[in-house]
Amino acid sequence: MTNFPIVPLLWWLFAALAVGGALGTITRRNPIASLLFLVLTFFSLAAIYVLLGAHFIGVVQVIVYAGAILVLFLFVIMLLNLGHDYQSDMRGGFWIVAGFLAAGLIGFVLWRGFNTPGAVRQAGAGVHIDAAVDTLNAVGAIAQPLYRNFLVPFELTSILLLVAIIGAVLLAKRRV
Amino acid sequence: MNTLRQMDPSQLSLGLAAILFAIGVAGVMFRRNAIVLFMCVELMLNAVNLAFIALSRSIGIEGQVFVFFVMTVAAAEAAVGLALVISIFRLAETVDMKNFTLLRW
Repeated sequence: MTNFPIVPLLWWLFAALAVGGALGTITRRNPIASLLFLVLTFFSLAAIYVLLGAHFIGVVQVIVYAGAILVLFLFVIMLLNLGHDYQSDMRGGFWIVAGFLAAGLIGFVLWRGFNTPGAVRQAGAGVHIDAAVDTLNAVGAIAQPLYRNFLVPFELTSILLLVAIIGAVLLAKRRV
Repeated sequence: MNTLRQMDPSQLSLGLAAILFAIGVAGVMFRRNAIVLFMCVELMLNAVNLAFIALSRSIGIEGQVFVFFVMTVAAAEAAVGLALVISIFRLAETVDMKNFTLLRW
């Protein structure tokens, strides 16, 4: 039973859910249905993050993406009353062909780039991450490089968020 | 079962990231609803995050730190972008991109 490949099986399950949710997102006409398919994709991605050993990022994915950002989208859709009485917004003809071409080209280039032998692999380094998670636990393993090597970008992030908050309020206000 | 066990999930995840990014690009090309366009951009950002996480297993934990920053930028982008959508909805009473022709050449 210990040899049962539960991680690859779960990986395939969540990968299928993620791709299915992504396809649902771009094909549903109702924006709310689109959004709920996107939530499915983001939850599946959180599960895949956990399978890859990034436990903290998996939790943050659920809280920030599925919990905050997508709820913000839902608020805006409901605020603008787009959930019913919607019309089809699919482009036709040229755009469909161009979309398939662009998606195929980009997917092909990325796939080839990722699968070039020697381009991304340094096999065995994943053990270091697991060892770091074992000694520092899941939050400490990411907090240590974040507060030691990336302290200035981390502080600049707060300025970015402040600017975004002020900008959002200013843009969405009725009269400036 | 044997082949399933031997596949490396992080290598497979890079392929999944490529597929999700391509689906996001297709969505941006196919749709005209501004909010759905934003959703597709979020999908592409998540594909990039997945690639960072998959590569962090073989290169180093810094990949997860970068995902942290990407998530912050995505949150800021969603807030400002949706504020823009609200503001343009007040102006045009629609979020369909075909009606936004002010800057079209």
